[in-house]
Amino acid sequence: MAILETIGLEKRFGGIVAAHDVSLAVEKGARHALIGPNGAGKTTVINLLTGVLKPTAGRIMLDGRDITALDPHQRVRRGMARTFQINQLFLDLTPLETIGLAVSERLGSGGDWWRLVGSKVAVTDEIVEIVERFRLADVMHERTAILPYGKQRLLEIALAFACRPHVLLLDEPAAGVPEAERHELLATIAALPAEVTVLLIEHDMDLVFSFADRISVLVNGALFVDGAPEDVARDPRVKAVYLGEEADA
Amino acid sequence: MLTILFDGIAYGMLLFVLACGLSVTLGLMNFINLAHGAFAMAGGYCTVIVVNRLGVPFALGLPIAFLVTAVIGGLFERTLYVHVYAKPHLDQVLFTIGLVFMAVAATDYVMGSSQQFVQIPEALQGQFNVFGIGMGKYRLLIIVICGLLTVALQLILTKTRFGSRLRAAVDDQRVARGLGINVGAVFAVTFAFGSGLAGLGGALGAEILGLDPTFPLKYMIYFLIVVTVGGTSSITGPFLASILLGIGDVAGKYYVPKLGAFVIYAIMIAVLLWRPQGLFARSAAR
Amino acid sequence: MIPLADDVSAYLKQRARWSPLEIAFWIFAFATIWLFPGKYLIMKDTAILALFALSLDLILGYAGILSLGQAAFFGIAGYFSGLVAKYGIVNEPVIALILGGLVAAALGFVTSFLVLRGSDLTRLMVTLGVSLMLGEVANRYSDLTGGADGLQGVTVAPILGLFRFDLYGHNGYIYCLIVLFVCFVIVRRIVYSPFGLSLRAVKGNSLRAAAVGIPVKWRLVAIYTISAGFAGIAGALLTQTTAFCSLDVFSLDRSADLLLVLIIGGTGYLYGGLIGAVIYRFLQDWISTLTPQYWQFWIGLVLVVIVLVGRDRIGAGNEAVRNTIHRLGMRLMPRPAALRGAAPDRT
Repeated sequence: MAILETIGLEKRFGGIVAAHDVSLAVEKGARHALIGPNGAGKTTVINLLTGVLKPTAGRIMLDGRDITALDPHQRVRRGMARTFQINQLFLDLTPLETIGLAVSERLGSGGDWWRLVGSKVAVTDEIVEIVERFRLADVMHERTAILPYGKQRLLEIALAFACRPHVLLLDEPAAGVPEAERHELLATIAALPAEVTVLLIEHDMDLVFSFADRISVLVNGALFVDGAPEDVARDPRVKAVYLGEEADA
Repeated sequence: MLTILFDGIAYGMLLFVLACGLSVTLGLMNFINLAHGAFAMAGGYCTVIVVNRLGVPFALGLPIAFLVTAVIGGLFERTLYVHVYAKPHLDQVLFTIGLVFMAVAATDYVMGSSQQFVQIPEALQGQFNVFGIGMGKYRLLIIVICGLLTVALQLILTKTRFGSRLRAAVDDQRVARGLGINVGAVFAVTFAFGSGLAGLGGALGAEILGLDPTFPLKYMIYFLIVVTVGGTSSITGPFLASILLGIGDVAGKYYVPKLGAFVIYAIMIAVLLWRPQGLFARSAAR
Repeated sequence: MIPLADDVSAYLKQRARWSPLEIAFWIFAFATIWLFPGKYLIMKDTAILALFALSLDLILGYAGILSLGQAAFFGIAGYFSGLVAKYGIVNEPVIALILGGLVAAALGFVTSFLVLRGSDLTRLMVTLGVSLMLGEVANRYSDLTGGADGLQGVTVAPILGLFRFDLYGHNGYIYCLIVLFVCFVIVRRIVYSPFGLSLRAVKGNSLRAAAVGIPVKWRLVAIYTISAGFAGIAGALLTQTTAFCSLDVFSLDRSADLLLVLIIGGTGYLYGGLIGAVIYRFLQDWISTLTPQYWQFWIGLVLVVIVLVGRDRIGAGNEAVRNTIHRLGMRLMPRPAALRGAAPDRT
């Protein structure tokens, strides 16, 4: 059963059609990649899925329930979290506080104003678990603004993960990460629990083909090809789109 | 009632001339200039000095107010304001409030705290009686002058090269710079011009609005209302907003005297609730 | 080897503990009751201003809401407490104080939705507009409020039935100081709570805050309401200790001065409002003795200079001083070994 599904998703900005009749189905537990040339509309699709943008037409189903009308923070409560292509972090907070925030919110105590941060054992235990999984223990007390980019990127993913989503949307996680720090990042992504469904937008084909068990190709706002990695890799139309018409057979 | 309409329109057009400089400044540099009212006050006092004390005819007093204030505006822009453009909005607010305080206190010191009146020529005093509507001659003059100014501004904006550079820079500063438009110069000229207009408005309005050192504080909120409601991306927005507010204020003060300015604050809040970016702003958030 | 979880928990709770510097501050504050017996009136004014500034710090420093309209809440509670005292509706000042705060908080809740929409300028305008509008309303109902002359004939009953407000302001000052302290403790608790942390997140990056499940709108409404309540308590204190309330509680001057206080003291660390209020009062006193009439000019100049020099530079200087004092404090009271490597708390 598809855990995340879009039905005829459409987004227009005035005369520009950013997404057209996008019907995507992501299976539970899948490692699904969404690829396509620049400007194809991949981030628009993510923004539609998470509620940052409202669709002009179409529906979005999460776990069999229609979430099209929900606000972003409500979708997080329902189990969908995302990372951003350009880090969106809380620069003045430490990784510890940042992750603590997400865990707190999820456990329902984010609005508590009479307690001290750190007084709930369930919360701190979980914070520590996430901090260790994402290799942030050595920098957890530093201000986010001064962390090296690779660590920030890890925090970006850790933060989304701290929401314990059923579906995790990763928007170009490896973007801008220096070669030296990539390995840590990719290993962390590979180690994500099997029960979390991952939808990945990426340009890095090595990452895509090593990670994904299903690939969808988006071109000019529309779904072009959808299938297993080997099939997509061999598809001449995909090659044409990426490499131009004179690609070798 | 038509007299109220007439008075309201006059008042609105006066507000427009006073506020349009602020609108363009905000739209152009995203700069909140709360000291705009101080330039209007400067124009008013300049005319008072020149007409009352130096015996210059009223007709000359107005353009002199414009020029002097424009020069002051240009000077301030190049020496002070230019350092504050890149700062966050809170700093801009603090800075310009500081300038207002200084201007108010300085004016009080130099000119005294009592209200000043400009000596208006005989020809402009009294009323015309047209179809039973009492049209104050002075207010009629205001409508004529402000109307001409509005048309001129619209023409400059749409038909001249400077106007198109200004519109480009308002729309997207970085791209405009990339096209070779000297945004700094555009802004300096616009700021000076806008301040000059404010000064002219202050001179014209001394009779109707009352000129004393607290003028910038009293009327600042009115200008800001015009700009917030009218948006910053056109001339027509603030124009219509000014007329709306002018009529609203005059009608409000006539029909419900004790609640006075309550009416325009209520209108402003209602409009902002409905359209937070202003009545006529583009949908792109600023 | 301490397990990481305990370390984290201890670290987080440690930050919220009262530092020796804070304790010293409050001991000194209460000591002023005996140290400066002739200055009760000015110190009382400072305490009220400090509470007022604290309320603004909550929304400006912690939630990032730019507001010129805290005076609305200050004024409405001021008039409320004056009226209930004058007409004998509520005869006990502490109860009137709390009720005044609640009235102000209710107004804050109702107007909070206005503040959520639009840009910085819109927020400035709307908050200022509400404040000025209330001033007009107070002017309108002058038979009730005394209009431009102010609310006359207010007699405030003794606090808790025991402590009479005397001419020298002795009891009034102690009253204000205790109220300030209690409110401060509450605010401090809020700031170090998960709620407070989420506010800082909203201020830092509201897009991401929503993306981790924080209901941004409701948090902002909540803090705006709470802040309005505290501003109201400050306003009620003023009316109760001066037995008078006038239209200038709603004025732009009051909101602008408040902003200045917070800028001088620094935002986002709770003591900014308190320290700023003290410095501001000193400045005001000093300048007034020099040029009694035109002190507005000098305040304007201070504002202009502060901005030109750069708030971040002043803030950095501020922070440098604070860090030095913090390190001194660390040496006076050594912390457990596991936490010594942690970075200094920057809140």
